[in-house]
Amino acid sequence: MEKKELARYLELCKELRLKIVDVMTWSGGAHVGGSLSIVELLVMLYFKYLNVNPKRPKWDDRDRFILSKGHAAAGYIPALAMKGYFPEEELKSFNHFKSPFAMHPDCNKVIGCDASAGSLGHGLPMALGLGLGARYLKKGFKTVCLLGDGECCEGSVWEAAMAISNFKLTNVIPIVDRNHFMIDGNTEDEMALEPFADKWKAFGFDVLQINGNNIEEVDDALSKAWRMTVPTMIIADTVKGKGVDFMEGNVKWHYASADSALAEKSKESILKEYEEASRCLQ
Amino acid sequence: MSTVTGTTWNCYDSATMTPREIYGRTLAEMAKTNDKIVGLTADLEKTTAMIYFAQAFPERFFNVGIAEQDMMGAAAGLAKCGLIPFASTMAAFASMRAAEQVRTDICYQNLPVKIIATHSGISFGHAGTTHHCTEDLAIMRSFANMTVIAPADGIETSLAVRACMDIPGPVYIRIGRGFEPPVFQDENHEFKIGKAIEMNPGKDLTIICCGIAVLQSVLAAKQLAEQDGLSVRVINMHTIKPIDREAIMKAVTETRRILTIEEHNTIGGLGDAVGSVIAESGKGCVFRKHGMQDCFSEIGYAEDLYSYYGFDADGIVAKVREMMGLEFEADENWEDE
Ligand SMILES: Cc1ncc(C[n+]2csc(CCOP(=O)(O)OP(=O)(O)O)c2C)c(N)n1
Repeated sequence: MEKKELARYLELCKELRLKIVDVMTWSGGAHVGGSLSIVELLVMLYFKYLNVNPKRPKWDDRDRFILSKGHAAAGYIPALAMKGYFPEEELKSFNHFKSPFAMHPDCNKVIGCDASAGSLGHGLPMALGLGLGARYLKKGFKTVCLLGDGECCEGSVWEAAMAISNFKLTNVIPIVDRNHFMIDGNTEDEMALEPFADKWKAFGFDVLQINGNNIEEVDDALSKAWRMTVPTMIIADTVKGKGVDFMEGNVKWHYASADSALAEKSKESILKEYEEASRCLQ
Repeated sequence: MSTVTGTTWNCYDSATMTPREIYGRTLAEMAKTNDKIVGLTADLEKTTAMIYFAQAFPERFFNVGIAEQDMMGAAAGLAKCGLIPFASTMAAFASMRAAEQVRTDICYQNLPVKIIATHSGISFGHAGTTHHCTEDLAIMRSFANMTVIAPADGIETSLAVRACMDIPGPVYIRIGRGFEPPVFQDENHEFKIGKAIEMNPGKDLTIICCGIAVLQSVLAAKQLAEQDGLSVRVINMHTIKPIDREAIMKAVTETRRILTIEEHNTIGGLGDAVGSVIAESGKGCVFRKHGMQDCFSEIGYAEDLYSYYGFDADGIVAKVREMMGLEFEADENWEDE
């Protein structure tokens, strides 16, 4: 990737992380940890890969995106605003009375959102249906489904995985945000997922294992997935709370609210990391 | 009757603890003297307050990860070993995600699994519809063998958790997000599953309610007495199934106006349970069901939603006033009805 392009994505990631902190403040509480971990994935999907048009959010042939880990709405909804689906100003209403934006996305209220989510384990079966539907209707759109690693405890995830591979779907791209935590603790202490890649392989997938907080690795994996010839999925190894040093890898920040002091401290950390990354680019 | 004795926390504590904390501690307390009690959750040990039990008895606590169907199936298996499982998760997942496991593995086999369902109704307002649950009373009532309880506050939850040990089969206890204000000052009242509690005497109209609506109805009754000179009976119908028919029939004959209030869809819940008792009796009375009118809730913090949907005292007062204007057959001759 060219430096200029990389610089642009770095900048977008920084912006999205700052917005997540804003939402955490405005909303009175948000799933920050799992929103910060998927920033690179959201930016690369919405600003490079997904063929979508904010001016025609319901366009039939658009690529679809399902945030199966719906609690990361605090990352997803600001990304939709940055993409231009609605004014960023509206994010201030997050969680408040009659707002279109809640802790979990509602596709009948959030413009640009393809599927309501929040109850874990529902996204991949819907992605399966979109994939089967697209194939039957001879449409070329892709469906990307972003899951949590903890979410993969749900049996329905594996029922859909089995079917995607059985039906040899190459238009569905499951991505797991492997940030190593659920609510009550580390996945390996609470309900061990490892050997995680082997499980997906046993279900018939080509598995792309990447550092999901590295823009170039995300870019590379998505470009491969977009050209897949056999069912392929991505395990994106990430850090929960990525970008805010005191939140990183700390289960305490799964869900939190922020006063202005905490927001300030969080933003400082985001900016510091961004400056370092930019400096490395030069 | 089950009484609350021998606890290490007292009434004063329970006034400051959230309903979730109270039941969490009650359960841990009970498990000290009963080694058959085991606990389960699905990645929500802190959220559901099972953590008190988990910390005290790690060897008989099982966190199955985010897998509610697995949790309910496993609870059935544990019960088959002669144990008494308490399984806790949010109401939406307990009643809907794992509905068939609850119905077929637990109710059909009539196993003593006790389900503590948190975040019921619209108490988790800002989480949105996936985390609301205005369907569980309807679902759980329809499962044969199931006992369904919706306590009014933390103290009553604690009493219900104790009392459910006396029921040989499955029990579903529905609580809110856990920040609801208390109705009861202490545990010194009789709590019997299936026996409603009169919170306020009255002869003009009866409010039959459960959960958060109990406190608000008591407040509404007070307001109606002061402002309208109305005498409103408030019945805390903490047990939705089996329902207290006697209390309902007394209300029909003595007040002839009944308003049910529930943080639930008006289809299938408390209102319908009360309504069918009235209908089967053949007696006439003015009857209204107050609740979610077959819709999914707006987004917002619970307090805002409660006032928007009329679950607060003001909303209830308005409902009662509306009903006082309605006619019922006024003669006392029941023979022709
Ligand atoms: C079916 C279901 N059960 C429980 C929950 C409550 N819940 C919300 S987030 C979460 C943990 C999710 O962990 P993971 O998928 O790893 O997400 P992340 O760590 O990326 O936030 C749980 C259990 C839910 N939303 N849906």
